[in-house]
Amino acid sequence: MTERTQKQKPAPEKTAEAEEVAPAAGKQGEKIKADLDDLLDEIDSVLEDNAEEFVKSYVQKGGQ
Amino acid sequence: MALPKVVGIETEYGIVVRGVADANPITSSSLLVNAYLGQYTDKIAWDFEDETPGIDARGYRAFDAMPPEVESHLANAVLTNGARFYVDHAHPEISTPECRDVLEAVVFDRAGEEIMRRAMAAANAALPNGEVVVYKNNSDGKGNSYGCHENYLLARELPFGRLVSQITPHFVTRQLICGAGKVGCESPGVSAKQVPYQLSQRADFFEEEVGLETTVKRPIVNTRDEPHCDSQKYRRLHVIVGDANMAEVSTFLKLGTTSILLAMIEDDELGDDLSLHDPVCDIRAVSFDPTLRALVTLKDRRKMTGLDMQWELLRRARVYQETHGLECLGDEGIGKLVLERWQEALTGLEGDRFTVSHMIDWVAKERVLQAFQERHDIGWNDAKMRVLDLQYHDVRPERSVSARAGLERLTADEDVDRAVHFPPLTTRAYFRGRCLDKFADDIVTANWDSLVFDTGHNSLRRVPMMEPLRGTEAHVGRLIDESDTANELLRKLGA
Repeated sequence: MTERTQKQKPAPEKTAEAEEVAPAAGKQGEKIKADLDDLLDEIDSVLEDNAEEFVKSYVQKGGQ
Repeated sequence: MALPKVVGIETEYGIVVRGVADANPITSSSLLVNAYLGQYTDKIAWDFEDETPGIDARGYRAFDAMPPEVESHLANAVLTNGARFYVDHAHPEISTPECRDVLEAVVFDRAGEEIMRRAMAAANAALPNGEVVVYKNNSDGKGNSYGCHENYLLARELPFGRLVSQITPHFVTRQLICGAGKVGCESPGVSAKQVPYQLSQRADFFEEEVGLETTVKRPIVNTRDEPHCDSQKYRRLHVIVGDANMAEVSTFLKLGTTSILLAMIEDDELGDDLSLHDPVCDIRAVSFDPTLRALVTLKDRRKMTGLDMQWELLRRARVYQETHGLECLGDEGIGKLVLERWQEALTGLEGDRFTVSHMIDWVAKERVLQAFQERHDIGWNDAKMRVLDLQYHDVRPERSVSARAGLERLTADEDVDRAVHFPPLTTRAYFRGRCLDKFADDIVTANWDSLVFDTGHNSLRRVPMMEPLRGTEAHVGRLIDESDTANELLRKLGA
């Protein structure tokens, strides 16, 4: 994993700060995190098969 | 005083036919549009008389410019909700009707997705061995892009040069609150290893600050001067720099913040001091850095982060709201809601951005992709990352990732369903949509600013609609209700 990718993870101390500033958003965020495992289970079940071929065949020419 | 900010969105969808090798995208797009029309509406042809995409808002036509061609032979129709559904280049495209406020535009953008779903169902009923699938995104990941364009009503007297320099800082940095997110990078010379994930679908494709093109050398500010209304009084700002959004809050913020800033520019209340030195360079730098540390450089060489620029624009918008009000957004309450949600978005981005993953597409997508990576122990370059990216924009409920990402809804299902068939009440789209619903047999062609009737007289009768805020339910609702025939309506209108 590249340096840049690791940087994308939020720093823990900023989490507390954000929740203080925006309690409503923070509460919503917690709920969303709790749902994350269910979400991943669902995503595993809807993900298209044969990823390589799927990506290769998606070509869109002639757009604005 | 700023003009009312009448808005609309045009979305080109990506299209594939699963199960059919080398399907022609123009043919499949036509199939999609025609299948929908066959099921739901009488076919009314689009009238190209008003289409002049080569006219440049700067007052001249650039020598090397390539205006888009108007393709009159392709499937093209206007719907009873006042929208246009057609094949543009090699994509199916929906333009929403003209909306009086940005919440209404979010509803009609959603209705566009629903129309696509119904069109897919109708097309696939006619295709025994294949399945047409559309994606509401802006890139194929291989260097090809297609647009989601916004349109805003502006005063003709606004000097175009001032508009360009003052709105550009927002167009470069608003991707923070309405970027749709993308795995990898399609800018020449930049690898996906350097940029594994970025804020915007479209930033890779912008090469000019200002210009007429939409398919090559794309400009951050597009100069197409095709107002589709009274050109003495109005401009239509055609914005090509945005992403197609799945998150309703992102669409709301994209349209709302831009509307407010355009009103401020009309009233000359935004100022010149935020103009950027090299916006083409900055739009990519901002997109490439999800940590939001990338800096933009002002003309006076001061530097600030995209987030700081957004905070400053919000601060000035709040001052404008206090001094001028925001009735130009259709409703003061909607204007205030835009400011509140804008602040909420910036506050979240400044702290733990995943606290606003219910509002902003690029954050919602990043959150799902990161969690998926961790569960399966794969890297950003895994093909599954790109599949997930694509499926985030899949409009089929059984495959959509965004539908499972916990995005906040601003619209109600019944309003979206209604908007599939019925027009907005408070713009000229009302007259267009109602006439198409009630008098389809007598209408020969339709476009944004006129309807042409054939009521058996010697000549066709064109009803011009040069004022976007006339032809509303309040103006013509009763006349249409009380007219049994198109002839009767035209007589009452004095046409």
